[in-house]
Amino acid sequence: MTHAVTRSSRTSRIAAVVGVVLLLGLSAAPWWAGRADMRLMGEIFLYLSLATLWNLLAGYAGLVSVGQQAYVGLGGYALFGLTILVGVPAIWAIPLAGIIGALVAVPVAVLIFRLRGAYFAIGTWVIAEVFRLTAAQVSALGGGSGTSLPADVVRAMAEGRDAREALAYWLALGVAVLVIGLAFAILRSRLGLALTALRDNELAARSLGIDIWRTKFIVYIATAGLTAMIGALIFIQKLRISPDAGFSVNDWTAFVIFIVVIGGIGTLEGPILGTLVFFALRETLADLGTIYLIALGVVAIVVMLRAPSGLWGLIRARAGAELFPISHRVRGETQQGDR
Amino acid sequence: MSEPILAISALDAYYADFQALYDLSMHVMPGEVVAIIGANGAGKTTLMRSVSGLIRNAPEAIRYRGEAIGALRADQVAARGIALVPEGRLLFPSLSVEENLLIGGQMHRPGPWSLERIYALFPVLQERRLVPSTALSGGQQQMVAIGRALMANPDLLLLDEISLGLAPVIIKTIYDALPGIVEEGMAAVIVEQDIAKALSVSSRVYCLQEGRTALEGRSDVVTREAIAAAYFGM
Repeated sequence: MTHAVTRSSRTSRIAAVVGVVLLLGLSAAPWWAGRADMRLMGEIFLYLSLATLWNLLAGYAGLVSVGQQAYVGLGGYALFGLTILVGVPAIWAIPLAGIIGALVAVPVAVLIFRLRGAYFAIGTWVIAEVFRLTAAQVSALGGGSGTSLPADVVRAMAEGRDAREALAYWLALGVAVLVIGLAFAILRSRLGLALTALRDNELAARSLGIDIWRTKFIVYIATAGLTAMIGALIFIQKLRISPDAGFSVNDWTAFVIFIVVIGGIGTLEGPILGTLVFFALRETLADLGTIYLIALGVVAIVVMLRAPSGLWGLIRARAGAELFPISHRVRGETQQGDR
Repeated sequence: MSEPILAISALDAYYADFQALYDLSMHVMPGEVVAIIGANGAGKTTLMRSVSGLIRNAPEAIRYRGEAIGALRADQVAARGIALVPEGRLLFPSLSVEENLLIGGQMHRPGPWSLERIYALFPVLQERRLVPSTALSGGQQQMVAIGRALMANPDLLLLDEISLGLAPVIIKTIYDALPGIVEEGMAAVIVEQDIAKALSVSSRVYCLQEGRTALEGRSDVVTREAIAAAYFGM
């Protein structure tokens, strides 16, 4: 390809510089932030990663899964299984959990890719329930009531509680950087071009030789592996897993969908904005109990009605800004041929 | 006489639940330009979609270079060298002009067509290569759609209603470019409402009527009366 397409703008270059400075500041958090703040930030990074992956899946590949908790739970259980039953050091169990997640996703994809639209969504949820029920049968990991990470496994990770907290924080930050970087790289690659083409017009994309099944398969497997890795990190922070916590549709899919939808589906910036809004709401309203969930629902409905392309879509429409230079996007052009 | 590059025999094809083609047979020789004409609903677009794999049929009904391709997926058909310029252009609105062209070239089939060659054919696209495809005029969008198909370096090019909704002067520009496209031996099937245009660029013509071939003949000898009869079933 001799013709390079320039996609960066002044905004995106400034965003890159701010991003690097922000990243350096966040990396140094163990020296300036308290333990509770670090835990919260770690959680934010993990949700940001989950949201970015779900966005890649639903917003770009058109795979609307409501069963990503299958891989969060699988990753968590893989971590506990590998450390407790096999004796693998926790730090190695994290990438291994990712590999296990990707491998398990292969037969799952072959099965559920036979389903379309709403049936696909329901199918993913069913798969996640099957995983949850299976996990409850594993008595070596506590069956239905779950199990805790043994103290010696935890101690082997790092010397002292502060070092452990810092390590968990850095891992969460690292995986968020990895996931966003990877999503950015994918969307700028040939695969990303194919994904965008598929999203824009499936008929035209197919007739130009894009293999839909293969393209979606690659995205699904990569997403599953990374989601499992995030699952391992979530439960390294929590130190305890149970089937209900690991495979919770609320925690690992509903909140994630909320984040992506209010932030702006089909954009890389959307999930970042959505994560910030979600945590701002949670930190201010969580004490109100049920009212908090009602408030989340109201926010979701209002955003979907008033700004269907999410808060980021609203900002972009007003300002034309783009922090991650991927596209030259304009709406319109949905002609369909007749017979 | 060499083998046809495309041979369709006894094709029954469906548009959703509706049978659009009945026992259709036709062929295209290598390097030949064939025109398909017919009224709305005659089955022209169903035929284009069947050949390009967007509608799947009985394997043997469509043969390409002797291979039964009727049941292949669209991407498998495209990989064998059949490219479609779809009706309504169907460009990718999120992508720039150049990215639309690059999508067409992502199979990396060897051949004469490249970005440079397409920009030489349609210079206006080079000027506007970084512009979103939706910012172009209808004629320019059609040039992108044709260029995108050519980027795949096809041996058989399917052009579905490329003059639809365009101003006569733009249609002329696009049709003037056709001889340059097929001069290196590419075969082409052109679906066209404008009968005079269709006859002027093709060597043979098929007229479809309600999913059946009503007329087949050499473009330079077929008469207006014969076409009118075939077109309207009179």
